[in-house]
Amino acid sequence: MQRNLNHTTIVTIEKVVDETPTVRTLYFSDNILSNVLPGQFAMVWIPGINELPMSVMISKESGKAAFTVRKHGLASTGLFNVKSGEKIGIRGPYGNAFDIKQGNLLLVGGGTGLVPMMRLLTHVKSTDNVTVLIGAKTKDEVFFEDLANDLLQHNSHDVIICTDDGSYGEKGFVTDFVEKLINESHFDGVYTCGPEKMMYKIVQAAHSKGIFVQASLERMMKCGVGICGSCCVGEDLACKDGTIFDGNHLSTNKEFGYIHRNKAGILEDY
Amino acid sequence: MEPNLATSIGKIQLGQPAMLASGILGISLDVFNRIYRSGAGAVVTKSLSSEPWEGYPNPTIFSVNGGGWMNAVGLSNPGASNFAKMIEPNNDVPIIVSLVGSIPEDFATMVNEFKNCNVTAFELNLSCPHVAKVGLEVGDDPELVKKIVTTVKNSTDIPVIAKVGLGTTHYLNTVKTAIDSGIDAITAINTVRAMAIDVETQRPILSNKFGGLSGTPIKPIALRCVYEISSKYDVPIIGCGGISTWEDAVEFFLAGASAIQLGSAIGDNWINVFDDINKGILQYMKKKNYSTITEMVGLAKKS
Repeated sequence: MQRNLNHTTIVTIEKVVDETPTVRTLYFSDNILSNVLPGQFAMVWIPGINELPMSVMISKESGKAAFTVRKHGLASTGLFNVKSGEKIGIRGPYGNAFDIKQGNLLLVGGGTGLVPMMRLLTHVKSTDNVTVLIGAKTKDEVFFEDLANDLLQHNSHDVIICTDDGSYGEKGFVTDFVEKLINESHFDGVYTCGPEKMMYKIVQAAHSKGIFVQASLERMMKCGVGICGSCCVGEDLACKDGTIFDGNHLSTNKEFGYIHRNKAGILEDY
Repeated sequence: MEPNLATSIGKIQLGQPAMLASGILGISLDVFNRIYRSGAGAVVTKSLSSEPWEGYPNPTIFSVNGGGWMNAVGLSNPGASNFAKMIEPNNDVPIIVSLVGSIPEDFATMVNEFKNCNVTAFELNLSCPHVAKVGLEVGDDPELVKKIVTTVKNSTDIPVIAKVGLGTTHYLNTVKTAIDSGIDAITAINTVRAMAIDVETQRPILSNKFGGLSGTPIKPIALRCVYEISSKYDVPIIGCGGISTWEDAVEFFLAGASAIQLGSAIGDNWINVFDDINKGILQYMKKKNYSTITEMVGLAKKS
């Protein structure tokens, strides 16, 4: 029987890797999720706890995929606490994919927003010149630096870390560093995923200079298929129209960067 | 005469017969506009309560193996007051405001929240199958149905629709109570109380355990209900339940519905489904030489 992608499929966690004290990557075997496009997500069920949207993390082993989760709320902490040998449910993949340009590329990730950036790196051409900017509050929260360098070993590349407190890499906000980079060099594509305020500034900086830019948006999600409406951003549904939107589109969206909806659907400021 | 998709449900006039069903996509005016532009005759809001509700934890929605969708969202909504403020700028989209609750006076208060809004009709949710004390539990209580319908009818001149479902009181009795209390139209049916269990983890999948089944599996049941209501009572009917193609829509017209609502079909085919259904109905009308939807309504009862 063909798998119903909108119904949960149970997988067993095979390996758990601590990335930072609050971030873990959980690996499992699944042929469908192992081959998703950069930016696509799955709805992940932690039985007895909750279900949440997660960008699908890469694995070096074929036929495997992973989720990289930061413990934060009830659902993400539930997933963070899943141990090797335990089972979770997955449905999807959902959402669109990054439109990957060629030439000079700039990827900016904040926190677990780095996950789709890592998958994007597996799709760049060897002729591309790739800059990866990793933003974190402090040294302890930096992860995927080695992975990014490893994935780009055959490319001309630069992996730059920005910490808010200067405890590692460049000191300062990643958004300021992006503006500096955009002013200094030419980019053919800018890609970002992370906190919305960060993405908003990056999209503005790139789009105002006519640079192609895409951001992956995060919203409260329930269905993942465009029925419940929880994830609407203006007239867009993050799950169905996105989660990836380009600068042209985002610059006309009144809600991006400013407001989102809570579980009851009430508007809240960022 | 060229066929025309306009239809009327009693005093409610719509340009197209397919509406967005309650609970689906209904929390932003921008999204309502988009759905209206995609060919819907009206949008029905999520069911609004007097206070904001967060709803149930996930999992709340998924597709059932074998067909259809299961949900127990738990009537999450921003509350009638917040919602009324959001839709106040609306001048273009026919909006039907769905209301849910268990206290008749709350309904009157909620109706009043919308006094500065363009509202095409109110739809009373007497049939949500997965939230205690409201929805189906109200629909199952004839005294409460009578009080709520009477209170709402006394609070507004805007048409009032009752949405009924399959509960422990026979839905035809609920329909009769609503009609006797002055209801303007009936929407039939809501999702059907149901559940799904994951065999690997041996747990109900929905966080609420029980939810409502929607989509193609319930279409023949909904069609039967519309046919029964229209055979027994002279009341305008909106058909709802598993409609996903123009043929489904026409079946509901022939059974006695003057309009239809779509929900799960959007999960299967996205919002293009409105335009697809409109085109299909028009072609059918041309072929059968009908100029209005009304000419088709209830024709299957002739034999």
